[in-house]
Amino acid sequence: MSGTRDIVITQTILDAKNINAWFGSVHAIRDISLPVEKNTVTAMIGPSGCGKSTFLRCLNRLHEEVAGARVEGQVLLSGEDIYGPGTDPVAIRRKIGMVFQKPNPFPSMSIFNNVAVGLRLAGMGNKALLAETVEKSLKQAALWNEVKDKLKAPGTSLSGGQQQRLCVARALAVNPPVLLMDEPTSALDPISTAKIEELLIELKKEVTVVIVTHNMQQAARISDRTAFFLLGELIEYDDTSRLFTNPRDKRTEDYITGRFG
Amino acid sequence: MERAIDLEIQKLKERILLMGGYVEKAIEEATQALIDREPERFEKVHEYETIINRSHIEVDEACLRLLARQSPLAADLRLIVAVIKINTDLERMGDQAVNISHNGKRYLERPPLKPLIDLPRMSQEVRVMVRAALDAFVKRDSVMAADVLQRDDSVDALKHHIFQELIAYMGKDPTTIEQALNLILIARNLERLGDHATNIAEDVIFAVTGKDVRHGAHNPSRRVAKPSGKAKT
Amino acid sequence: MVGLLIGCAILALFPLFSVFLYVCQQGLPGLHVNFFTSLPKPVGEVGGGMANAVLGSLILITLASLIGIPVGIATGVYLSEYGKTKLSMILRFCTELLAGVPSIIIGIFAYSLFVIPMGRFSSYAGGAALAVIMIPTVARTTEELLKLVPVHIREAGLALGISRWKVTLIIVLRGSLSGIMTGVMLGLARVTGETAPLLFTALGSQYWPRSLDQPIASLPVQIYTYAISPFEEWHQQAWTGALVLVLFVFILNLTTRMILKRHAPAKD
Repeated sequence: MSGTRDIVITQTILDAKNINAWFGSVHAIRDISLPVEKNTVTAMIGPSGCGKSTFLRCLNRLHEEVAGARVEGQVLLSGEDIYGPGTDPVAIRRKIGMVFQKPNPFPSMSIFNNVAVGLRLAGMGNKALLAETVEKSLKQAALWNEVKDKLKAPGTSLSGGQQQRLCVARALAVNPPVLLMDEPTSALDPISTAKIEELLIELKKEVTVVIVTHNMQQAARISDRTAFFLLGELIEYDDTSRLFTNPRDKRTEDYITGRFG
Repeated sequence: MERAIDLEIQKLKERILLMGGYVEKAIEEATQALIDREPERFEKVHEYETIINRSHIEVDEACLRLLARQSPLAADLRLIVAVIKINTDLERMGDQAVNISHNGKRYLERPPLKPLIDLPRMSQEVRVMVRAALDAFVKRDSVMAADVLQRDDSVDALKHHIFQELIAYMGKDPTTIEQALNLILIARNLERLGDHATNIAEDVIFAVTGKDVRHGAHNPSRRVAKPSGKAKT
Repeated sequence: MVGLLIGCAILALFPLFSVFLYVCQQGLPGLHVNFFTSLPKPVGEVGGGMANAVLGSLILITLASLIGIPVGIATGVYLSEYGKTKLSMILRFCTELLAGVPSIIIGIFAYSLFVIPMGRFSSYAGGAALAVIMIPTVARTTEELLKLVPVHIREAGLALGISRWKVTLIIVLRGSLSGIMTGVMLGLARVTGETAPLLFTALGSQYWPRSLDQPIASLPVQIYTYAISPFEEWHQQAWTGALVLVLFVFILNLTTRMILKRHAPAKD
């Protein structure tokens, strides 16, 4: 118990317990435990290669899709271990959505289909319901007004910022209780970034967001809790306002004041 | 590693220190002119105050620039916030020194009421507090700053003593009221100076440790136990 | 300098245009409806066409596509999506090797594999030989195109709760479909003109195709047969056949390009 401050989590929705992860023989994540509060934005910060993205990908079992990658530990989603025996990662990923660093709408798929594809493959055949959900998701992602007249246009025809919001809508369409975001604005201009950030504040009423970001100001602006990672370890996890004004660990202090990393 | 912000912070510290020096001089000059009964020296206090006021604006601007451009966090952020507050305190202290000189001028227009014993001691104590608070600031020494908080008690005690004494004078002889009031006001000015020095010391403690010790908040309530997962790190 | 480059480019185009012009010049006189509707006439009789060869070629190409396209695409998908195993390394090497094997050898291969056991030349054997020639082209194009789809697109699919094979099929493959079609069309264009492998497999025929296990006529073989004959009328027919073949390949390429343009994904 060196750096982490004890914080109260009243309603844990996602609870990572003693997560260890490897790439081949490289031990990338070292025994990290991190409970995530429901309906909050939790930010993960740290220098490049500190394992924050890897840890994020452990939370929806995406890490194991990389060749040679391995995970140990538990992640409880509303009390159920997503790494439990017989658990289907595909089903898990429907409950834990993800938005990536680069906007990545599916190529040669219309805006509508980009949002609808997850639902269709999950078995939603009702066309009216499908259209309704697509509209709702696009509205949630604050994109509806910009695309409602061109739903048949390819998703890739949108601007970068719009594409990223399309990806948010796509993830939201299957109605996941948790949304993971891996540096979702690092490829966007400041205005698009501001839109995504605004969106997150709105979204957390319905979804719990875990976001990896390189931008500390962003973490400070939008998150309720912040976790600082270094060399595969969780150094400090605290209320964002406290972590950024008065970090407990020297390493956190050095990082957020730009003394290294 | 030298960061861009380090140089700016260094400059800021030097400015605050210089400003504190002028505040000290202003207090000293005001009380000394009173003790030595040389009213023309009160002019000097005004000169110091003008310098302090100019510095006040410059430090504010520098802080604003720093906040806007460097987006300081953690210790840096606390330090800038502390500087902004210390800056205000120092400016007020300049005003108080001027107030002493006004009250002193009026006092010197008539014959002295009594030999001044406690007021010089009070002035001395306050100056020590200012110097110690700013030293603590530059050295990031929270123990030294905490010491300043203790000293304020003796300043308050001196003020209390002066008040009692002068009230006794006024009770016995109503013709002394005007002169006694002038001295009471000066004691009051010095007491306020001590309070400002205390504020500075509190800001230093906040900047260094992140703890808010104002208004008796010595023990800010920390949250209690986390429910799950032993926090390994 | 630029002038030199333009000169070289024109030089490279020269054979294409001269071949096309010459074939047109020689073939056009014989080009009329009969060519597509009539069977070849015996030597000495006027008229007649290559209807059976045109139809035969179409049948052979269809057969080749039915085998070659699925196998080729599947191979390409395997190489791209699961391409780090030892098996796939070997497979990739073999595919490259196969692409370099002279078509006549593939003909001999199909001959020994189909013709000898079946005891006769057949459309099956011809189609199989052409399919083998198609497979490397289709597989390599598919692999290259799928590799162009960034990893994060696949991960986006996985993260949406779509199983890996569905991601491959619905997102990755469909996203590259127009590109893969080009590969297929290129493969088709190539086998359309193949003669050598058909000599040992489909053989050729002067009649309408009757059954797939019988020898069948094809344009390239028919052209070959007529071109080496001593008869002037047959030479004329061969030229016309050549023109039809060139036009077919030309149209195939053109349609591919038009389809591609219409369905091209917007660049981001």
